[in-house]
Amino acid sequence: MSTHELDARRMLCPMPVIKTQNKIKELADGDILDVICTDPGALSDIPAWARINGHEVVGHRENDDELIISVRVSR
Amino acid sequence: MTKKHKAIALISGGLDSLLAVRVLQEQGIEVEGINFYTGFCVEGHTHAIRNHDKDKQKRNNALWAAEQLGIKLHIVDVIEEYKDVLLNPKHGYGANMNPCLDCKVFMVSKAVEWVKENRKDGFDFIITGEVIGQRPMSQRKETMPIISEESGADDILLRPLCAKNLPATKPELEGWVDREKLYDFSGRNRKPQMALAEKFGFKDYASPAGGCCFLTDKNYSAKLVDLWEGRGSREYEMDDIMLLKVGRHLRPKPEFKLIIARDAGESKYLEGYRKQFVTIQVVSHNGPLTIIDGDITSDDYELAAGIVARYGQGRDAEQVEIEISVPGQEKLTMTTKPLSIDEVLEDWHV
Ligand code: SF4
Repeated sequence: MSTHELDARRMLCPMPVIKTQNKIKELADGDILDVICTDPGALSDIPAWARINGHEVVGHRENDDELIISVRVSR
Repeated sequence: MTKKHKAIALISGGLDSLLAVRVLQEQGIEVEGINFYTGFCVEGHTHAIRNHDKDKQKRNNALWAAEQLGIKLHIVDVIEEYKDVLLNPKHGYGANMNPCLDCKVFMVSKAVEWVKENRKDGFDFIITGEVIGQRPMSQRKETMPIISEESGADDILLRPLCAKNLPATKPELEGWVDREKLYDFSGRNRKPQMALAEKFGFKDYASPAGGCCFLTDKNYSAKLVDLWEGRGSREYEMDDIMLLKVGRHLRPKPEFKLIIARDAGESKYLEGYRKQFVTIQVVSHNGPLTIIDGDITSDDYELAAGIVARYGQGRDAEQVEIEISVPGQEKLTMTTKPLSIDEVLEDWHV
């Protein structure tokens, strides 16, 4: 189990979702991916994507104008 | 018990693809969705930019549809490959810059590729929510076989909503799906779809008026054509596509245009482009951030500054102070008189 980071700053949806999806393909069960983004739309799109594909958003936090969404990979 | 068959469905997020999937699910077919992101999709991005859109529902319709259906959704970035579809459509454009028929062929062919690449997942066929006669350009009786053939999908492409008006496909001939339980929708009338949606209990579905992407939009298409003319070449990058959706676009000279933010949300978005573009901002008053796309020389700073000043709170002032920043150079300040409303020519507006 490990934690990974994905820089999706300045990307507009659905790009952060696509990048998350592609990154998660490389990760293992239980890994955590922190997606750093600036488009607030990601806050609804990434959790929706995770629900559909069986992964879990375990939390999110805001930092200035950045949003960090943590997804736990489930295989 | 026979093998359960599997289909991959093109999901746009609209009602038709939603229904097409549910119709097959009712027949026990296992479905997964695929959604192609061309960069021009109505989905996403602009919603986050403007202030007044903040409260609007920010859902991505393709994701929403997949969730309603309980299916997996694969979103594929086709931005690069799509350029050739848009720039060189064999079948031409629709009412605006929308190359719908080529676009459909392209998307189905990408789905065919997907099926081959994911052979281990065992997809047997492809479905779309197409309806004969629904759209003047791409969804006609004559175009259906063109899409099937040119995409290479041939008889594994099934359109559940109008299958009965078309020759039987492999999934029907092999008995994987019951043709009798498919539909014969045709024409622009949306009532049958709405009735079916009601039957399945779908509510709040998206029904985009024009089509699934910005290329069907007249204003957007005009801006795209203007961009190509301004550059003297029909090329574009992702940033260009995005910027066409943001701000007011004015082209006072053939060599450059101004993109003027319309509110604080857009100003903030344009901030992100400071390193790539010349930017102009009124500093003595509140005013929108403006970026210059194209080649501007210092001879035209005065003109550009006057226009920018027109759109700030100092528009009625005698003089306003303006800051011009060119990437990699020191910022420049100057004072200028805002142009009057008549001096901003109508045909500068793109
Ligand atoms: S509206 Fe846009 S995305 Fe939809 S078929 Fe036409 S070109 Fe393709």
